[in-house]
Amino acid sequence: MPTLKILVVDDEPGIRGGVSRILRNFRVDYPFMEEAFDFIISEAATGEAGIQVIESNRPDILLLDNKLPGIQGIEVLEYIKRKQLSIIVVMITSYASLELAVKATSDGAYDFIPKPFTPQELKSSIENITKRVFLRKMTTRLHDTGKQIRFTFLSVLSHELKAPLNAIEGYLKMIRERQNGANLEDYDNMIDRSLERIRGMRSLILDMLDLTRVESGKAKRNLEELDLSQVALTAMDTMRPYAIQRSVTLKLLHDGPMLLLADAEEMEIIFNNLISNAIKYNIEDGKVDCYIERHEGCMQIKVVDTGIGMTQGDIEKIFDDFVRIKNDKTKNITGSGLGLSIVKKLIEQYAGKIEVVSTPDQGSTFILTLPIDKPCL
Amino acid sequence: MKPSNYTILIVDDDPDYLIQAQARIKGFGYKTITAEGQKEAEALIEKMRPDLAILDLMMENEDSGFILCYKMKKRYPDVPIIILTGVTAETGISFDIQDDNNRRWIKADLFLDKGIRTERLREEMENLLGKK
Repeated sequence: MPTLKILVVDDEPGIRGGVSRILRNFRVDYPFMEEAFDFIISEAATGEAGIQVIESNRPDILLLDNKLPGIQGIEVLEYIKRKQLSIIVVMITSYASLELAVKATSDGAYDFIPKPFTPQELKSSIENITKRVFLRKMTTRLHDTGKQIRFTFLSVLSHELKAPLNAIEGYLKMIRERQNGANLEDYDNMIDRSLERIRGMRSLILDMLDLTRVESGKAKRNLEELDLSQVALTAMDTMRPYAIQRSVTLKLLHDGPMLLLADAEEMEIIFNNLISNAIKYNIEDGKVDCYIERHEGCMQIKVVDTGIGMTQGDIEKIFDDFVRIKNDKTKNITGSGLGLSIVKKLIEQYAGKIEVVSTPDQGSTFILTLPIDKPCL
Repeated sequence: MKPSNYTILIVDDDPDYLIQAQARIKGFGYKTITAEGQKEAEALIEKMRPDLAILDLMMENEDSGFILCYKMKKRYPDVPIIILTGVTAETGISFDIQDDNNRRWIKADLFLDKGIRTERLREEMENLLGKK
């Protein structure tokens, strides 16, 4: 188990002992960490003694009181800054010294724990720092191996997964505290919103699985002669209940079978995403037309909707991971922001391309071109 | 002054967080007004002056909170601003609020974690409102 060294510098034995007791059996776990972290605590009663420990047995984390008998905490902090030591410093302060806190922050203090603190406050601060230490190490390592992009992706993902959890947790707490009184009906909205967030999270997880599949590459690809019009029809049938609910008419236009050598699951992912987007970002009584046409050496799929449309600026962003266009019109539409990024990655693997034409308030057209002779890279 | 004399502006692009934060702050006795993102908030502060603003960091863009903060301070230098973070502290790779240069132009009065306890949030708010 990896261990982080924590040094507590405080002239009050009670605080030092308290910190040691609270953190002695504390472990920090994180979904992306393989192992839990634990801690070794050392103590110093003065800033001078603290600096000695820093020099002889460098801690990862320093919990630092400012009011010390000899040199002040802020001077210890300046020492660390001057020597450019990579130690994460948390100031233990009381509210009275807010000005000091500002100064400490500009000298590189990472966090503050107000005095007196609860064990929970200390633990959550240490937990955040541990994650930071871990991620900092990971960043360096990933950077070295050229996996920075993957890492950025993971950190955004963790945000995307946490947001719905926080929302649901918040509602549950409000319900537990009976904030709207004793009637269960008065909590219906909170319950509905929680369920909606859970749905969103589930679709994110499903999209994640698709993306993992796409990125893990060709190994599992199962190429067969497919009739794309059948794939499109299945996708439309799956989506029809949703379309009816939104009063959107779906239409498939093609001339006979549209054969292409491709992986059935991957083609399903493409059609599902494009058609569900066309319904989602449509208007009441809108239309979605899906054309499949054979051209010289390639297959062209066009999904045309009469929806809310996008600006040129929006179009430039929509194929990136986790991008969702946020404006008044899209406010109540949920999604993971991964769908189009998955579609684009898939199409590239078939040496195809995707283009978008869109006018705000009139609709969007997604045009896919897939080569017939050269089925995939 | 009584809490009910203060209007708190809350800005967050997560509608659920907005509802919850609003309930929390109304519970302290303050008046609240909300905006679901940087643009909406910018339009709002054209028309009114809040007594304190609580802004989410990542909204339309990952730095929306900072930009909004900058614009607010330009318009109302005396209105204290709390920026709520969640992402930065955990990943260490997003906008780095520990960076000196960033701190210089981001003039937020306080950075707090989104998971802050209700009591502590109340104290921090009283503190900032009391200083004016």
